Amino acid sequence: MAYVADAPKASFRPSMLIYDTRYRSITIQVIVLLLAVLFVGWLADNTIQNLAAKDKDINFSFLWNRAGYDLDQQLIPYTNDSTHGRAAMVGLLNTLAVAFLGCIFSTILGVFIGVLRLSKNWLVSRLMTVYIEMFRNVPLLLWIIMVFVIFSEIAPAPKDFKVTDEMIAAGELPKASMMFMDSVAVTNRGTNIPMPLVEHPLGYVNLGFATANLTVVALFALIGASIYANRRVARHARAVQEATGDRPTIWWKSLLILFAPSIFFLWALGFHLEYPELKGFNFKGGLNVAHSFTALLLALVLYYGAVIAETVRSGIIAISNGQSEAAFALGLRPGRTMRLVILPQALRVIIPPLISQFLSLTKDTSLGIGVSYLDLRGTLGGITLNQTGRELECMLLMMLIYLLISLLISFVMNIYNHSVKLKER
Amino acid sequence: MTKSVFLGTLAASALVAGFASAGTLDDVKARGELICGSNTGLTGFGAPDANGEWQGFDVALCRAVAAAVLGDATKVKFVPTTGETRFTALASGEVDLLVRNSTWTFSRDNDLKLDFVAVNYYDGQGFMVKKDLGVTSAKELDGATVCIQTGTTTELNLADFFKFNNITYTPVTVADDAEAQRQYLAGACDAFTTDASGLAASRATMPDPANHIILPEIISKEPLGPVVRHGDNNWGDIVRWTYYALLIAEEKGITQANVDEIAASSTDPEVRRLLGVEGETGAMMGVDNAWAHNAIKAVGNYGEIFAANIGESTPIGLARGLNELWSKGGLQYAPPVR
Ligand SMILES: N[C@@H](CCC(=O)N[C@@H](CS)C(=O)NCC(=O)O)C(=O)O
Repeated sequence: MAYVADAPKASFRPSMLIYDTRYRSITIQVIVLLLAVLFVGWLADNTIQNLAAKDKDINFSFLWNRAGYDLDQQLIPYTNDSTHGRAAMVGLLNTLAVAFLGCIFSTILGVFIGVLRLSKNWLVSRLMTVYIEMFRNVPLLLWIIMVFVIFSEIAPAPKDFKVTDEMIAAGELPKASMMFMDSVAVTNRGTNIPMPLVEHPLGYVNLGFATANLTVVALFALIGASIYANRRVARHARAVQEATGDRPTIWWKSLLILFAPSIFFLWALGFHLEYPELKGFNFKGGLNVAHSFTALLLALVLYYGAVIAETVRSGIIAISNGQSEAAFALGLRPGRTMRLVILPQALRVIIPPLISQFLSLTKDTSLGIGVSYLDLRGTLGGITLNQTGRELECMLLMMLIYLLISLLISFVMNIYNHSVKLKER
Repeated sequence: MTKSVFLGTLAASALVAGFASAGTLDDVKARGELICGSNTGLTGFGAPDANGEWQGFDVALCRAVAAAVLGDATKVKFVPTTGETRFTALASGEVDLLVRNSTWTFSRDNDLKLDFVAVNYYDGQGFMVKKDLGVTSAKELDGATVCIQTGTTTELNLADFFKFNNITYTPVTVADDAEAQRQYLAGACDAFTTDASGLAASRATMPDPANHIILPEIISKEPLGPVVRHGDNNWGDIVRWTYYALLIAEEKGITQANVDEIAASSTDPEVRRLLGVEGETGAMMGVDNAWAHNAIKAVGNYGEIFAANIGESTPIGLARGLNELWSKGGLQYAPPVR
């Protein structure tokens, strides 16, 4: 090997940065990075200079100023004396409420429709196809507005529920009446439903812009603990089954563990429902769910239900026929085959696109603008932006918040994806 | 890293330094067209008519400015803005001038960095309800649902009014007048609140105007006027004085019909200065000396504009009231042209 001289001493020449493939990619990356930094710097500087030219600055202190406006739908206490920051929080919670419920309901609907679309029953599968095509191919905003208009134009006015003495004397019925044993009233303004209340609430903790309702927090903690305990019981049952071949009956234990603590907790705090009642111009008491919320949620669920149905269908088709044939050969009925054999495997295919559909759904809640739903865009990006003139700050904050929500959803869903994906051993 | 950011910023500043923007007046002249922020459609104040031509009390002021600056009242592009988008449109330079029932307030002046250059309509906030609701005073509206445009002063006044009177309400926020009307007529709200002039204008376009009443309470001061961006004083002066020219014209009896004749024959020194027969008023602002003449000829004097668009002979039927000239007991008063 002595014939081969030592590797030449790597003498570095600047031209190698371009001509030597070992360095070229680094050179390119450095240049691109520099350009990117320059560009961002230019954007930021340009913005600041232009703002300065208009005598404006970037300042977030408005978030601590009095908002001065009222909102009609709020999950945490809010009055017009609250701050802009709190108004933004009310909006954020409204966004999250729609997004959360939307994701859950559209998944349920989507799985249902997706499975039915593959049904052997000609009529059912065609009906599902029509549903899917109808909802997927019309812009979501139109569906939102359409649902809203249907609600607000068709539902009766609150005064139609009124029963006067003369009407009783004449034996007349009011033009409209409440549903479900006088507990729910749908008017052209909103849906009034009974409000769950407790007599001895545990109190509130003020967290700056938000308020935590300790009763609700405690209830959720309790439910979480119950679910965890139930899992332990189920795991124990499985262990016994594997050891002895007999599965102990645990359904009554499960029921007890899952529900008894929460029910006892609510009973101890004096749980009761407050029913809506017509007083003056409107229904008072109870919970008034604005039609903007209902319309937005319903349209999102119907639309994303159709989108998710397609994902579910493709996931199921991806599982080879042999699987269901094998299941049938073992004597499983079609329903159980789907639930126990096909769907668990299809989930692996379904989850990744489902994540991005959840993300789109969350971002699409901002389409509530079409029906004046006061979500994050409506409060922070709407009224606050307009009343304070802090366009840039509000927009930056909003983008940041939506980004965080999306990252959070991806994070949680990725964990789930990890747990269902094919385990390679 | 910090170093390159610093360098980037440096280079960027060098790039930007060349961009220093010219004044609005130069922009408008170079473009040959005035871009005016208007309503999305409020009959009487600013709305396109059947031929797509914008008409109205606020629109006329835009046309007057176009006539004063460009010598042609038709060279205006109207951009519809909602209560929520209007100030952003102005601040970002999308429009040169905003005339859209906009109230002059402290925070808009100081926080939004805008300049209100005049008050072309002295107004106040009112409430409209259906007659059959049986309400005669705004104080009886406890528990009512109220339709309200977002991004307006009226939204804030409403909150104050109900709080002050210790009564409650449910707000239904809407984006513009058309939507407010639809919701109100569909019964989604018991009352509709905005500037009293806006209520009258809105009512005039309803299918059954007689079935709606405007409650007697006026709960705020709403001085409405044209708005420009902070800092461009020359442009602000042009808009302000174009408006005053229309007021002085009414005071001096100059109308659209007789302005040519008066310019030729008048011996009143102020009229002669105003109409550019004497002096250099135009040159001082950087516009043609016949600026006021052109404006009056294009749209008429303040009284004529009022009568033609929102006055008592129109379906909107607003009385002059506070908007009468100072010499007749109103508040409309123009400083002298001297
Ligand atoms: N003067 C108030 C309210 C202005 C406002 O939005 N007015 C309504 C009715 S007077 C309007 O112009 N609506 C017409 C539209 O939405 O295009 C303000 O400046 O905030």
